[in-house]
Amino acid sequence: MAVNVLMPALSPTMEEGKVAKWLVKEGDTVVSGDVLAEIETDKATMEIEAVDEGVLSKILIGDGTENVLVNTPIAIIGEDANDVSVAGGSEPTPAPVQQESPQQDTLAQEAPAQVSVAPEQVIPVDTEIPEGTAMVETTVREALRDAMAEEMRADENVFLMGEEVAEYQGAYKISQGMLEEFGAKRVIDTPITEHGFTGIAVGAAFGGLKPIVEFMTFNFAMQAMDHIINSAAKTLYMSGGQMGAPMVFRGANGAAARVGAQHSQDYSAWFAQIPGIKVVQPFSAADAKGLLKSAIRDPNPVVFLENEILYGQKFDVPDLDDWTVPIGKAKVVRAGDAVTIVSFSIGMTYALEAADRLAADGIMAEVIDLRTIRPMDMPTIIESVKKTNRCVVVEEGWPICSIGSEIAAQVMTQAFDYLDAPVARVAGKDVPMPYAANLEKLALPNAGDVVDAVKSVLYV
Amino acid sequence: MAKAATKKASKDKLTQFSKDEELKAYYAMLLIRRFEEKAGQLYGMGKIGGFCHLYIGQEAVVTGVQMAMQDGDQMITSYRDHGHMLACDMDPKGVMAELTGRQAGLSKGKGGSMHMFSREKNFYGGHGIVGAQVPLGAGLGFANKYKENGAVSVTFFGEGAANQGQVYESFNMASIWKLPVIFVIENNGYAMGTAVKRSAAKSEELFNRGSVYGIPGVQADGMDVRAVKEACDIAFKHCRDGKGPYIIEMKTYRYRGHSMSDPAKYRSKEEVKKMRQEHDPIEQSKARVLEGKFADEAELKAMDAEIRKIVSEAADFAQAAPEPDASELWTDIYMEAGE
Repeated sequence: MAVNVLMPALSPTMEEGKVAKWLVKEGDTVVSGDVLAEIETDKATMEIEAVDEGVLSKILIGDGTENVLVNTPIAIIGEDANDVSVAGGSEPTPAPVQQESPQQDTLAQEAPAQVSVAPEQVIPVDTEIPEGTAMVETTVREALRDAMAEEMRADENVFLMGEEVAEYQGAYKISQGMLEEFGAKRVIDTPITEHGFTGIAVGAAFGGLKPIVEFMTFNFAMQAMDHIINSAAKTLYMSGGQMGAPMVFRGANGAAARVGAQHSQDYSAWFAQIPGIKVVQPFSAADAKGLLKSAIRDPNPVVFLENEILYGQKFDVPDLDDWTVPIGKAKVVRAGDAVTIVSFSIGMTYALEAADRLAADGIMAEVIDLRTIRPMDMPTIIESVKKTNRCVVVEEGWPICSIGSEIAAQVMTQAFDYLDAPVARVAGKDVPMPYAANLEKLALPNAGDVVDAVKSVLYV
Repeated sequence: MAKAATKKASKDKLTQFSKDEELKAYYAMLLIRRFEEKAGQLYGMGKIGGFCHLYIGQEAVVTGVQMAMQDGDQMITSYRDHGHMLACDMDPKGVMAELTGRQAGLSKGKGGSMHMFSREKNFYGGHGIVGAQVPLGAGLGFANKYKENGAVSVTFFGEGAANQGQVYESFNMASIWKLPVIFVIENNGYAMGTAVKRSAAKSEELFNRGSVYGIPGVQADGMDVRAVKEACDIAFKHCRDGKGPYIIEMKTYRYRGHSMSDPAKYRSKEEVKKMRQEHDPIEQSKARVLEGKFADEAELKAMDAEIRKIVSEAADFAQAAPEPDASELWTDIYMEAGE
């Protein structure tokens, strides 16, 4: 009986990959441990090994095939070269290129039958981008790298340090190619010693340099909290304005996928509380690039929170020599009049999907991407709430003392008379992140939660 | 890797100071002593708030280090920092006015005793978290190496901080990256109330704590300014030759409590008395001045009077200067672009 070789999942967030190159050919005898093929993920090129012994009777997915979903059969190992009878029956089918979104199925079922045409969504004119600018489709990952590379070309004093940023090309491939361009002096692999290297980076900033510190993930920055807060954030004040720490702390933040409690949390609210640092958390690639460039130029310490799941997502990025986005400015990404949905980072995924689904019900939501957490652009939120009279805040972080809590308090203080309903918060559940797939899903917010919250503030 | 040269320095072969050096050292140490006595007095009068950690007894350490420094070298230390600031030639009036929390203080009254800085004088603080200044100081060394400016960062910490994990993280990186940093361990015997023997493994050889990282270390008599300077001369040369970091353990002693609110019941009065009588860095220097006929008693008295005047003027200034304007509450939190 033959067995299928399946497309493997090679990282917590991998959903699909590329069969880069077969290292065996049909008819070859393989034993367990033999390297069969090279698989390219969004982070790295990896080898897959045979687990079963036999003859590689058929290659189902050829060299260079992209977007092969995890668990798709890519080859068959049989007892001999003609054995392609896989247990369970049917002839393997080639990989579907894209899965149907289950949420869209749900939407189709839930959408009321009488609504046949959704009202047209209003996408506000982007005043940040000059008219006629060409756009380039870019992943968030590439946008972050481009931002660092451009700023390092412009300023000799900017350098990158962190674990695996140089020779390994970045644990999440953010710094890919940077060692080759800038050399080991400016792209520096550190030992695994967050407390120490963060302190060294802050000291280097005191000494006149502009460090970019990459935390492989922000979970590890907890070891460096003292230097981020006590050394970087407070020195300008404590020195009466004489010296501060112009630097960026950046890296993956928030839940990835199935990595459990110690690797899954959003630190926005932690850092947002600290006077002396700025906190940025972009969603799109254009904002990731423009804000990171601004963060590197900023004369203050900036905590730049990225999201692993967004790294591989593509967005249009303006094709400009020097594209920057100002820190401290939120962006209305969809105009509407029924409710204001405020979110940031991956929360925008839920907010935008909910807005689509609400539009099908004739509810036009205005969606604001906060982009910067501190200083928070309250005027943009207040202006919107004065128009919609309702507000829902969406985030993946915990609900207690959250960004949503802060926005709720501010909206209450500044726009109490305009509110027709209490501000609603959609957040992660107040539990450590569980590992089991079903529990993890329950712990995180989703578009349905946002739709429900919007309906609750609309009393429908 | 070459075996790290770690050793205890011998007192017998110390290079004698010239007349200028001895007088300069005596003056610098006495200024710190008188300043700290005055600070203690003002604290007792309620003019200085919060924590106040005096440097009395340890004056030879920073003085000897400073004498070995060159223009552009930096200094960074913990919260026991008044002596370091005076050694860096920071204005005694500005330091004292910071202690009293006034606008004219070096941090506009917003830093206090533990948090003062002077970019102009290359003094990088004044840090209140035990051990945090160690990676920061290594970072200054990192910047020196990056800019190739030839400067050395002198990073001071106590024997208490020498047990912090980040110190060893810093040793490791300073060594692999060959950072020009001199780690000066000011071993005054007590981390607040805990004797070094009770808190540090192999407490008699803290200078050896970098040896596994390949960092040479020596122990020097931190009560003898000549021994301090001599150890530093070697260390600075080592750093400037591009050989990476260096550790000097200064055996020293503080006469006062850990802070003004510490009754120091963890040691005997006799122990303190013995150190004062037999090892006082200023008395030792004075004896050499007189013996070498660098100055006579009358001249030293005049010097003391001059220092007392400087300190007394600083104290008057610090008490008369206005408190910071209420608007200062909201300044210096963020720097504007282009500042």
